[in-house]
Amino acid sequence: MNKQYDSADAALDGVLRDGMLIAAGGFGLCGIPELAIEAILKAGTRELTIASNNCGVDGFGLGKLLDSRQIRKMISSYVGENAEFMRQYLSGELELEFNPQGTLAERMRAGGAGIPGFYTKTGVGTVIAEGKEHHDFDGETYILERGIVADLAIVKGWKADESGNVVFRKTARNFNVPAAKCGRVCVCEVEEIVPTGSLDPDAIHLPGIYVHRLIQGQHEKRIEQRTTRSRVSDTTGKKETV
Amino acid sequence: MRTISPAASAELVPDGAVVMIGGFMGVGSPHRTIAALVARQARDLTVIANDTARPGVGIGKLIGAGCVARAIVSHIGTNPETQKLMLEGKLAVELVPQGTLAERVRAGGAGLGGVLTATGLGTLAAEGRQVVQVGGRDFLVEPALRADIALIAARSADYAGNLVYSLTARNFNPLMAMAAETVIAEANEIVPLGVLPPDAVHTPGILIDQLLERPRVA
Amino acid sequence: MAAEIKGWDRNRMAARAAQELQDGWYVNLGIGIPTLVANYIPEGVHVTLQSENGMLGIGPFPYEGEEDPDLINAGKQTVTELPQTAYFDSAESFAMIRGGKIAMAILGAMEVAENGDLANWMIPGKLVKGMGGAMDLVAGVGRVVVVMDHTSKHGESKVLKSCTLPLTGQAVVNRIITNLGVLDVVPGGLKIVELADGVSEDELRAATEATILG
Repeated sequence: MNKQYDSADAALDGVLRDGMLIAAGGFGLCGIPELAIEAILKAGTRELTIASNNCGVDGFGLGKLLDSRQIRKMISSYVGENAEFMRQYLSGELELEFNPQGTLAERMRAGGAGIPGFYTKTGVGTVIAEGKEHHDFDGETYILERGIVADLAIVKGWKADESGNVVFRKTARNFNVPAAKCGRVCVCEVEEIVPTGSLDPDAIHLPGIYVHRLIQGQHEKRIEQRTTRSRVSDTTGKKETV
Repeated sequence: MRTISPAASAELVPDGAVVMIGGFMGVGSPHRTIAALVARQARDLTVIANDTARPGVGIGKLIGAGCVARAIVSHIGTNPETQKLMLEGKLAVELVPQGTLAERVRAGGAGLGGVLTATGLGTLAAEGRQVVQVGGRDFLVEPALRADIALIAARSADYAGNLVYSLTARNFNPLMAMAAETVIAEANEIVPLGVLPPDAVHTPGILIDQLLERPRVA
Repeated sequence: MAAEIKGWDRNRMAARAAQELQDGWYVNLGIGIPTLVANYIPEGVHVTLQSENGMLGIGPFPYEGEEDPDLINAGKQTVTELPQTAYFDSAESFAMIRGGKIAMAILGAMEVAENGDLANWMIPGKLVKGMGGAMDLVAGVGRVVVVMDHTSKHGESKVLKSCTLPLTGQAVVNRIITNLGVLDVVPGGLKIVELADGVSEDELRAATEATILG
């Protein structure tokens, strides 16, 4: 079975439809599926619900789909690095569901693992717990959170083999693994597709069973907060926001 | 991280402790710690593991030596000693579907109270379990499992306790490494810091409390 | 403005918070003053910093030209790795956070109550960016230390009988380090552990709405 597609447009052809739920990998701008986002922008799919830790920045990442008004609702833990997000949210055009970051990751993992719900202590006694089933285990109170199964997962890896096994690089792994697992269809873009057998089987982060369509391409990999130290002796770092 | 001898590791496992032990039919089990527990004549252990392997192999050694009072496992079909002790009333056995066992251990390690699963609905595995409805469907509430001690085995460790497993010897080990108060790991080799590629570490050292000394090469 | 701030400045607060760290601990540092704590880790104390986006063993900021877009901390800043570093995905990261593997989190706050309630993620009617990983951290780590200014810009106490803002967690804070001193959450209220340089107990009490015992 060939999982490789020539372009993100081709990989997403026949998969996209208005109103669908998409799980997207990435943390900030690190490890985001740039190619799939661009293809969704081109396809013009509308009324999307997107589960993603963040929502990009103005004009980059998922921020592009905000600018084009293709997103109806975000399920995120932290947003608002972009003015357009706030504008749409405050004007009521955009719906927002906040999830604690760990709960969001676990909801994706659970959905991918066939677990429809799990009990977590996170958020007990806060607005997050309102309306949720409470359950005591060994004298401690937990709330029921639901697994997420997305119509489509868009994720970004470092290398994949032709069978779809994927490895990630450093902290660009983040939400890509749980997001990929919760997609009924998972489109994975990587920097390089290598022959099957050339990745160490013990070092696979995402087994090919989770990956349905593969794309290889160039990524801009924009840095959100460039912090460096001088070569002299300063460890405090200086900051330059991009 | 200082390393300890197998005998010292066995001293950290008191009689009556709840112990998770990695491995699948003996593959990926912590054999040196198991041997030390047998030598110490540990008693009344509750063992949480996938299976009890075969007589004389892996966890089968603990069964044969009478160390185990209770086993929470997914199957015992490969170990007639376990079956015999169970029928004689000398060993309590609680059978859990394998995927549910893995999820319950993971939940214990991940700070979750429990998970919902459709596995086992309408079977003996559902006995004593609460059923909840989600989206019009029934699911079992499976509570998390935790242990006093986890005994796990890896191919390689570094002195920060980072572990890398090999082949199918990974199995339950990474899950159990999360789910116990004290985690004792043994590895075929211990390498200097920086040798294990950070992207390829399976179990981060944060989870490991004790590391067994390198195996002695004859 | 600066003349009005009594006691410790940001760096002194961070340095005081660093005294909380114990050798061998795994620690999560929040954004802001907590991030500065890394600069004051005492000699001989080795702690491993966890970043909830999937990293244990955060190194210093990279040298200019060596920034790697695939390597950031939870504040989205470029960082480097150490020899003992390990990477993992977000689900595993929060599994270890909720699972109690992190000995301590040092976090900023908007309000703390005398029973340990913490509010640090939203002000109703104002711009809300989200709780990020804060709710999971306070629900799961062994010990929660808050580092913040004792009072708001308008001089109102941020150490309260009960929080007015939506909570991040209920009864989760163990210790509060502010510009005025160090307070512990104990049954019945707060206990003074230490006063900041040049701050009297009366000044600390006057700036605190919460019950201070003793």
